[in-house]
Amino acid sequence: MGDKSKADLLQGTLDMLVLKTLTRGHLHGYAIAQLIQQLSDDVLRIEEGSLYPALQRLELNGWIDGNWGISANNRRARFYKLTPTGRKQLNGETERYRQLTGAIARVMGTA
Amino acid sequence: MQTFLPRLKRRLRYLFHHGERHRLLQEEMEFHIAAMADDLISQGMPEQEARAAARRKFGNLTLQSEQSRDTWIAAWLSDAAQDLRYAFRTFRRDAGFATFAVLIVGLGVGASSTVFSVVNTLLIRPLPFDDPDRLVWIVNHEDTSDMSGRTTQVDHFLDLRAQNQSFSDMAAFFAFYGVGDNKLTGQGEPERLSGVPVSANFFQLLGVQPQIGRLFTLDECKWNGPKVLLMSHGLWVRRFGSNPGIVGRTLTLNDEAVTVVGVMPASFDFASVFTPGSHIDLYLPFPLTPETNRWGNTLAIVGRLKPGVPLSRAQAEATILSKQFTEAHKFKDRNDFEARLSFLRDHVSGQIRPALLVLACAVGVVMLIVCANLSNLLLARTATRQKEIAIRAALGAGRARLLRQMLTESILLSSGGGLLGVLLAFAGTRALTHLDAISIPLLSDARLDGSVLVFTLLMAIASGLIFGLAPALQVPASTVHDALKDTGRGSTEGRGHKWIRSGLVVSEVAFACVLLVGAGLLIRSFLHVLDVNLGFQPERAAAVRVDPSQQYNTQAKQNSYFDEVLRIAREIPGVERAGLADSLPLGRNRAWGAAVKGRTYLPGQYPGDAFVRIISDGYIGAMGIPLIEGRDLTERDTPSTEAVMLINQTMARNFFPGERAIGQFLEGGCGKTSPRIVGIVGDVRHLALEQSSGNEMYYPMRQCDDHMSVDLVMRTALPPSQLAGVVRISLKSIVPNLPSSDFRTLQQLVDKSVSPRRFVVLLLAGFAGFALILASLGIYAVISYSVTQRTQEIGIRMALGASAADLRGQILGQTMTLAAIGMVFGVAASWILARALSSLLFGITSTDPVTFGAMLVVLGLVSAIAGYVPARRASRIDPMVALRAS
Repeated sequence: MGDKSKADLLQGTLDMLVLKTLTRGHLHGYAIAQLIQQLSDDVLRIEEGSLYPALQRLELNGWIDGNWGISANNRRARFYKLTPTGRKQLNGETERYRQLTGAIARVMGTA
Repeated sequence: MQTFLPRLKRRLRYLFHHGERHRLLQEEMEFHIAAMADDLISQGMPEQEARAAARRKFGNLTLQSEQSRDTWIAAWLSDAAQDLRYAFRTFRRDAGFATFAVLIVGLGVGASSTVFSVVNTLLIRPLPFDDPDRLVWIVNHEDTSDMSGRTTQVDHFLDLRAQNQSFSDMAAFFAFYGVGDNKLTGQGEPERLSGVPVSANFFQLLGVQPQIGRLFTLDECKWNGPKVLLMSHGLWVRRFGSNPGIVGRTLTLNDEAVTVVGVMPASFDFASVFTPGSHIDLYLPFPLTPETNRWGNTLAIVGRLKPGVPLSRAQAEATILSKQFTEAHKFKDRNDFEARLSFLRDHVSGQIRPALLVLACAVGVVMLIVCANLSNLLLARTATRQKEIAIRAALGAGRARLLRQMLTESILLSSGGGLLGVLLAFAGTRALTHLDAISIPLLSDARLDGSVLVFTLLMAIASGLIFGLAPALQVPASTVHDALKDTGRGSTEGRGHKWIRSGLVVSEVAFACVLLVGAGLLIRSFLHVLDVNLGFQPERAAAVRVDPSQQYNTQAKQNSYFDEVLRIAREIPGVERAGLADSLPLGRNRAWGAAVKGRTYLPGQYPGDAFVRIISDGYIGAMGIPLIEGRDLTERDTPSTEAVMLINQTMARNFFPGERAIGQFLEGGCGKTSPRIVGIVGDVRHLALEQSSGNEMYYPMRQCDDHMSVDLVMRTALPPSQLAGVVRISLKSIVPNLPSSDFRTLQQLVDKSVSPRRFVVLLLAGFAGFALILASLGIYAVISYSVTQRTQEIGIRMALGASAADLRGQILGQTMTLAAIGMVFGVAASWILARALSSLLFGITSTDPVTFGAMLVVLGLVSAIAGYVPARRASRIDPMVALRAS
C-alpha cells in the first residue's frame, strides 16, 4: 500500500515540480496537482498520496509557506506560496535538472 | 546554520500542536476530495458517484495522513506513546504470557547484574586506594607456595627502599600475623582480635587517612617503642559503640596496656584486599629494626611506582638490586632475595579471575537462552496475531509502524524484566556480600552502583531488541492477503516460521548443553576436591586457642602450662584425644631450611625448604594424621632429653632417597642442636585441598618455643559443636579469659578453604539448571504449538487410521531430532570451550567422557519429557472434534 505511488515520480523531481508550479502564485494542493497535469499534457499525474507528504516536507524545510484561505467554490482551503529560501532551492534544482537532461540528451543524441 | 533555527522552531511547533495539525491536514485533504468531486460533477457525473470516485481515487485517507505525519518530529513520540498504550492493553489481555516473559527476563537480568557487580568490583573497579594503578605487589621467589619463601627479610626491604629509583615509596606489613593473635581483656567479654603489624608509612603509601585520631609516629615504630594501635571501623562500631572518645584511651591487649591512637574509616578494609575471607580488627606498628630482621622472611611489600615508570623497568631494577643484596650477604645474616613485581590489582584478583570470567560467560549464555526462549514465545504470539496484524495493515498501518509496535512490546517486556532484575540483583549482591565464610577478595565490597545499573539497563534493552527482532521481522512476510486467507484450515504452518522456531530451539538446547557440561565438569572437580585425602580427619575434631599468657615467661613455666592444659582437656568427657600445635592446616604456614647432618648439597640438588609445625604429644592422634613408622612425640620430649622430631613421608623420600630416615639427624632446626628423626607421619594437605603438601617437619613444643600461637586440638566422641561450652568451663581455671568465639571445628577450616570453588560451582550449577528449564520450556512450546496448529491434520490422520502410538512416536521423533541437532552443536562447542575451564578443573580433564555422557543423558531425558507432554495430548485428539472445529 502506498508504495507504488512513491515509485512513479522521483522524490526530488516532485519537489521541484511543486516549487516550480508555485512560482505562478498562491495555489492549493488540488490546484497544484491539476496544474502539473495540464502543463504536462496529462503525462504527469500527481498521486495525492505523494503530494501531501511532499507539501508537508517542503513546508517543514521552510521552502513553502501554507495559509488558510477561501477557494473559488467558497470552501476553506490551504494555499501555498514560495518562500525566498524555496526560490533559491528551486534555482539550484533547476540548474541540476538542466545539467542532467542536457547530459542525457547528449548521450541519447550521439549514440 | 541560518536555516537551522527557524527549522527547529517549526519542528517544535509541530511537536506541540500536533493534534491540531492532524485535524487541519485532514481538512486539507477533504478539500482536495471535494474539489476533485466538483470537477467530476462538472464533467457530467452524478454527484453521489463523483464523490465515491474521488474518495476512491484519493486512496486511504488514514494512511495518507500517517505518511504525512511521518515527516513530523512529533510522530515518533506520539507513536511511541500509542504503541506503549496498545502494548499494555495487549498484555493485560494476555497476563500469563506477560508474567512469564517478565519473570524469565528478570531472572536472567538479575543473574547477569549480580555477576557483573562482582566482576566489576574485582576486575574493573579500581582498588579503594589513592591512585591504585601505581601500586605494586612485591614478593620474594614467586615459584614457591610457602609463605616464608614469598616474604622478604627486613634488611632487604630497607635496602631496596633506599636504593631503588623506580618507586616513590615502599611499605610493608608483617605477613605472619594470625587470626585472633591478640587477646583483648579488661572491660566486657574477653575477645580474640586479629591485628596486622604494618610499617610506619603503610597507610600513607595507600593514601588512607584515619577517620578520627592519627596514624603511627616514627617513634612508635621503633623496637620497644610506645605500645599503640589503630582500630578498624568495624571493631569501633561493634565493641565501642562508635564512641569518638576511644582515641587516647588505653586497652589491655595481650596483658599489656596499649593506647588507641586512631580509628580507620569504614572504606578501608585491609582483609578484603590482602587476606580475603577474614577480617582485621587492629593495626599495630611493625618495627623495621635489627631485631625483626633476625626473624627472617616476614614482610609482604607494597610499592608505589613513580609517575611514568613502567612495571618492567621497576622489575629490571629490582632484579639487579635483589641479586646484589643476596650476593653481598650470602650465608651471613640474610636469606636469599629475588624480588618479583606485579600490579597489586592483578595480585588481588589473579586467583579468582579465571573463575569470574567463566561465570561472566556463563551468565551471557543464560541471557542468550532467555532471548531465544522469548523470541520463540513472541513468534508463537505473532503467528496467532496474524489476523489482527493483517486488519491493522488493511486499515492503513504502515509496515514500519507495525514493526515498531512489535519491538515496543518486546522492549516493554524486557524493561519489566529489567526492573525485576534490578531487584533480584540487589538481593543477590546483598546475599553475596554477606557470605563472610567465602575467601574471595573484595567480595564484601560488591554493590549495586551506577555502572551496574547502567549495565542492567543496557542488558534489558538489548535483550528486548534481540528477542523482539525475529518476531518483528515476520511482520512484512504476512501480507494482508495471505493472512486473511490462511485460516489454517487443514494446513500445516508456514515453512519460514517453522525454520526460525526450530533454529531457536536448537540453539537453546546447544547453549544449555554448553552450560550443563561446564557445570558438570566443575561439579565433578568439586567432588574430587572434597574426596581428596586430606591426610587428617576433620570430622569430629575441633580447635581452640590457648596461647600462654605473659606470666608464663620461661620455657619451664610454659611447659608446665602445656601439661596442665592437656591434662584438663583429656579429662573432659567426650574428648578422646588432645594435642597442641602452633598452627593448623589450611591456615598460616612457614618454612625453614633443613639439611641432613653432615651432608653438603651441590647447587640444584637441595631438596628444598620444609614446612614447620611445632606440636605436642597427642596432636598427631587428635588430628587423625597416621603415624607411618617410628614413634609419636611424648610428654617426656623436654629440653632435658634428646632433641627429636617427626617428618612426613614426602620429606623422608626427598631427603633420604633409598635410605631409612628414622634415626638420622637434621640440621637447621629449632635451636642449636640437630634433632634425631624418631617418626614418619602421613602427608597433610595444609596449603589447599588441591595442593600436595611438600616437605613437612614437626618439632616438639616442649623443646622448641619458637611459636607465636598455640591451638588445642581435640578429637571428640560427640559432634564438636556440642562441646564448646564444656571445654570453655573446664579450661577456665588455667585459661581464664577464653573468648567464646574461639572454638572452631576443623570442618569449618576445610569448608572455608573450598569456599571460592563452592561459590563458583553453586552459581554455575544454578545457571545450568535455569538454562535446562528454559530449554525444556522452549521445546515444549514449539512442539505444543505445532500440535495445536496441526490439530485438524492430526484429526484427518487418525480418521484415516493412524494409531495413537504412531502419532506419539512421530511427534516425539520430531522433538528428539531438534534436541539431537542442538546437542551435536552443544557438544562441539563444549569440547572447544571446556579448555578454558582447565585451570579450574581438578582430577578430571576438560574432555571428561563421564561428564559429557551424563549431561547428554540429562538433556535427552528432559527433552523427551518436554516433547512427550504435547505428544500425549496429540494422541488423545478426538478426530471428530478436530475435524469439526472451525
